[in-house]
Amino acid sequence: MENKTIIAETNSKSLSLAGVGEASYIDLYKQHHESIKKHSAAVMNDSRDASFALFEELRFPTTALENYKYSDLKAALAIDYGLNINRIPIPVNPYDVFKCDVPGIQSYLFFVVNDAFYPTMDTKALKLPEGVIIGSLKEIAETRPELLKEYYGKLSTSKKDGLVAFNGAFAQDGFFMYVPKNVQLTKPVQLVNIMRSDVDFMANSHNLIILEEGAKAQLLVCDHTVDEVRFLSNRVTEVFVGEHATYEHYKLENTHTKTTNLSTLLIDQRASSNVIANVITLHNGVTRNTVEIDLDGEHCETQLCGMVIGDKNQQVDNFTSIIHNKPNCNSHELFKYVLDGFAKGGFTGKLLVAKDAQKTTAFQTNRNILLNKTAKMRTKPQLEIYADDVKCSHGATIGSLDETAKFYMQSRGISEPEARLLLMFAFTNDVIEFIRIPALQDRIKMLVEKRLRGELSKCEGCVICQ
Amino acid sequence: MLEIKNLHANINGKEIIKGLSLTVNAGEIHAIMGPNGAGKSTLSSVLTGNPAFTVTEGQVTFNGKNLLELTPEDRSREGIFLSFQYPVEIPGVSMVNFMRTAVNEHRKYKNLDPISATDFLRLMREKKELVEMDNKLANRSVNEGFSGGEKKRNEIFQMAMLNPLLSILDETDSGLDIDALRIVANGVNKLKSPDNASIVITHYQRLLDYIIPDFVHVLYDGRIVKSGGKELAYELEERGYDWIKKEVEEAAI
Ligand SMILES: Nc1ncnc2c1ncn2[C@@H]1O[C@H](COP(=O)(O)OP(=O)(O)OP(=O)(O)O)[C@@H](O)[C@H]1O
Ligand SMILES: [Mg+2]
Repeated sequence: MENKTIIAETNSKSLSLAGVGEASYIDLYKQHHESIKKHSAAVMNDSRDASFALFEELRFPTTALENYKYSDLKAALAIDYGLNINRIPIPVNPYDVFKCDVPGIQSYLFFVVNDAFYPTMDTKALKLPEGVIIGSLKEIAETRPELLKEYYGKLSTSKKDGLVAFNGAFAQDGFFMYVPKNVQLTKPVQLVNIMRSDVDFMANSHNLIILEEGAKAQLLVCDHTVDEVRFLSNRVTEVFVGEHATYEHYKLENTHTKTTNLSTLLIDQRASSNVIANVITLHNGVTRNTVEIDLDGEHCETQLCGMVIGDKNQQVDNFTSIIHNKPNCNSHELFKYVLDGFAKGGFTGKLLVAKDAQKTTAFQTNRNILLNKTAKMRTKPQLEIYADDVKCSHGATIGSLDETAKFYMQSRGISEPEARLLLMFAFTNDVIEFIRIPALQDRIKMLVEKRLRGELSKCEGCVICQ
Repeated sequence: MLEIKNLHANINGKEIIKGLSLTVNAGEIHAIMGPNGAGKSTLSSVLTGNPAFTVTEGQVTFNGKNLLELTPEDRSREGIFLSFQYPVEIPGVSMVNFMRTAVNEHRKYKNLDPISATDFLRLMREKKELVEMDNKLANRSVNEGFSGGEKKRNEIFQMAMLNPLLSILDETDSGLDIDALRIVANGVNKLKSPDNASIVITHYQRLLDYIIPDFVHVLYDGRIVKSGGKELAYELEERGYDWIKKEVEEAAI
């Protein structure tokens, strides 16, 4: 019996029968795991059944779970999405659809359409530095299994998280990047995820990023939805940052309100590595970002920040975790939300300092502005500190716009709406300041301003890119 | 230019301004003195439209317009400027962006095009020189981390940029060192013209040596209880306010 939509031919639902929710996905896996595996690679299949078994046990997360208290995914997960298990090519040429360049940004540009890496026109023409490999996870898992074996699933399969387990069972492809020892990418890599389908659609992609010792890379991940249908993206990204390596990860979401964006970013940092992760939600539907960074060597530097601008019925939950396992590391966390309409925000800042992680410095700040009485914000710092010689602080505030500052501006002739805008923009500005790519910083400033002026609210396509 | 008649205003139901009247004509400088808590800053707040205060009675006209009907921003665009007793820090909003927005809003109100980048820079430079303001301050966020004196100087800089018809200086002299006081006063004097007017709120006669007032008023308990020429300031400096309070009490009997 079939009870799940599988995209069997382009643009049509051929295997659609009633049945939604977890049970239908479980049936789907049981009946189609051979196809799933056939259209993926051995390295990815090795842990697939185990992931599935874990999902069967955990199921989709609900708000009853402490870590998902602020993520109400029930409605989003109850939709009957199609899955493209047989890897039918989706007819879209992203290069045509998206003239995707942040002006002034010279980047290596790649696309993932739904959950399939889009074959890049000519990798050679990109002139990637010697030894750097960027491409389809599935393809590289087939052609260079030795590259991934040590890494694939190493951060994700141990997670007791239903979404991550589901991804392990269903993900067949994704983005892969390998930067060998001491190689530094001088241009940022831009990964554009495009959701494109004629039926409600679910994409499970898995990204794997490996930076060897002394390597350096910047990755800009943009999420866009194209069509008016409902999308669910469940993505897991594993990042391994070697000793003395520097990695910057910018995630910029600009999707429509029918999108559910579930993203898990798992980063492992080795000694003396430097990581920036910046998660910006400009426009969305329902978003859950899980960011977990483990500091597994001394002298690591970590900067984790994010921003949310929400209105309408948008929902954004950022669940973050920084674990200091070793001494002498610094972490800095900053998240800011501006919420209007009926938007709901959630923030969890978990910070764990292990017993022998002495001389840790860890600062965490979450500041939120609610522009009306109907928007809601819930925030939870969660500090567990087992070492005694540490400097840690955290602060969370929920407030409204500073009326005194607003009046001061108005008294200089600045209109009330403009004064509000300047204050909101100022409020989010320090998160933007953390972006180390100047052209991207400028672009995001412009987009944030547009968003705050309400000019981005009808976003359907790739505003970032057009 | 400005005519205040029998003004009553309160905050959270507490009446602070209790029947105040004052007329200011173009070309005049009025000093307002008075003990702490008399209502001097409240008067400035009410004139600039601070929403924390409620006017319950009286009229205020500014160049023939009913001032109390105007939004704070329109009062500014009409030519009213307040140098705040406590200037506000606005982290993340740069002085440059703040001033450019303000100047352009004023221009828009007069149906003028936005100021060009070069004209704006020239204007900034010129006015910074007028108040001898450090370049570094102009590149920072509005008042953020400014010293007390720097904030006051910044108020006069903004006043110079916006070129108001009526400027209200609320204790602009407090917190200024002797040199800064002279510079700020000079700035005010240079901006003076037959078309504009100033209300200078101060506790110290010293400022009035630099900015010479045509009238001195004493504000006490929400009303102007005594007015005179600049010699009144000297008298207050010497004798304090007790005799005035006594006069008021005697008059009430
Ligand atoms: N937000 C408020 N709530 C209640 N009372 C207030 C508020 N703001 C001002 N007041 C009161 O109003 C009265 C007048 O205050 P105002 O600041 O106008 O005095 P001032 O004459 O400017 O004094 P100073 O010389 O100390 O600056 C004071 O008694 C003050 O406590
Ligand atoms: Mg005062």
